[in-house]
Amino acid sequence: MRKQRDDGYGIVAICLHWLIAALVLGLVALGFAMRRAGIDPALQFSLYQWHKSFGLLALSLAGLRLLLWLAAGRVAPDPDLGIIERRASTATHLLLGLLCLLVPLAGWAVASTTTLNIPTFLFNIVVIPPLPMARSVDAEGFWSWVHATTAYTLLGLAALHSAAALFHHLVRREGVLMRMLRRRAVEPAPPPANEGRER
Amino acid sequence: MRHVALMVASLALGQILLPLAAFSKAPALSQAAGTYEVSGTSQIRFSVDQIGGGGINGRFTKFSGRFRIDGRRIDASTISFTLYPQSVSTQERRMEDFLRSSAVFDADAYPTVTFRSTAVRQTGDDTAVVDGMLTARGITHREQFSVRLQGFNRNDIAFNVTGNVYRSRYRMDVGTPIYLNVVKFDMDIRGVRQ
Ligand code: HEM
Ligand code: HEM
Repeated sequence: MRKQRDDGYGIVAICLHWLIAALVLGLVALGFAMRRAGIDPALQFSLYQWHKSFGLLALSLAGLRLLLWLAAGRVAPDPDLGIIERRASTATHLLLGLLCLLVPLAGWAVASTTTLNIPTFLFNIVVIPPLPMARSVDAEGFWSWVHATTAYTLLGLAALHSAAALFHHLVRREGVLMRMLRRRAVEPAPPPANEGRER
Repeated sequence: MRHVALMVASLALGQILLPLAAFSKAPALSQAAGTYEVSGTSQIRFSVDQIGGGGINGRFTKFSGRFRIDGRRIDASTISFTLYPQSVSTQERRMEDFLRSSAVFDADAYPTVTFRSTAVRQTGDDTAVVDGMLTARGITHREQFSVRLQGFNRNDIAFNVTGNVYRSRYRMDVGTPIYLNVVKFDMDIRGVRQ
């Protein structure tokens, strides 16, 4: 990863953050709901298909964020934060970013190993091939466990992370949350030189 | 002289073979006239293709049926057939449960799928087309099946029956477009003469 920048979050990072956050929270809710016993089987089938499509969308956005991190470097923690808070926030962000890749990859592994062999038809547009893995009851059980465990870990970590963001915003009244809500301030452009167009 | 003898011989041979030829040309079905009960050794296979290749292959293990072949007028023959969707069998238990569930057959509410022929039309020596009313999930539609006679003897008769059914007509189109709308039936029907 490139060295950290301290000029705040750009529009791409901000859009990715909130899109991924909304998708992840929705997907955990969807994943939980579709696994409930007693759900209407036809509804369950379509919820599974939506879950796979939106999950792969989340995976590609998380992949984009990784590329952004690699290409532009990560943003340094807010200067208002103490040393421990900086470490904790950096570690949390890295772990969140990693889980946003691991959770959907494990979900894809479930779809690739299940003996049900239901195709993944991304938003009913294009067939996404399974990962090159052998289908078996054991493999499906394993990846299903990994997917659920990492998904709920991600949810827990995201809860902690948003509590911290809200704490800094509401209690400490620091600019941490605002950094993720509006684009970094652009240096004001120097006034055009040598032009006598005073009003 | 030898030529004449040969001609006579071949004429005689022709006389013997002719009735046999006529027999195999004539609607063999008419020779099988009678009433039959569908035997449990029949195979009721179906498949539904899925996007990207492959699909569901299954069969029904519980069914019953009767048919009567009219020797003089094949088109007066009748067929009735019942299958029990609870008996659906595939490679995956979860798939079977899904097929039995309210999403597809709703086997608790509709324990049978029935077919009653309305018209039989002979299309070749050993082939026919059967029209009839198929009832599934309480919905009835006209469907058509192609029948090919495979053989018969005094007690038994064997047909291969194929046909495509659009499941959307019976409000069973769950899973489309991942699974195609067409259900392909391929059945080996064995009949036992009554
Ligand atoms: C960030 C993305 C994702 C999140 C947060 C997520 C979350 C979840 C959750 C919470 C569950 C329920 C686990 C349980 O209670 O057992 C679940 C189940 C499932 N997810 Fe995902 N998921 C994501 C992506 C994906 C993807 C990309 C796929 C497949 C392409 C997928 C396939 C599945 C399947 C097949 C199940 C249910 C089967 C099982 O666990 O046995 N998920 N997901
Ligand atoms: C599943 C949900 C979430 C995930 C996976 C997630 C993940 C992340 C990640 C990876 C970063 C680092 C961004 C980067 O360097 O490009 C980040 C930053 C941030 N997140 Fe989240 N987030 C989630 C939900 C939330 C929520 C609900 C809030 C607000 C209540 C929030 C507030 C923030 C803030 C304020 C930052 C910037 C912190 C800073 O100034 O460095 N996040 N988040």
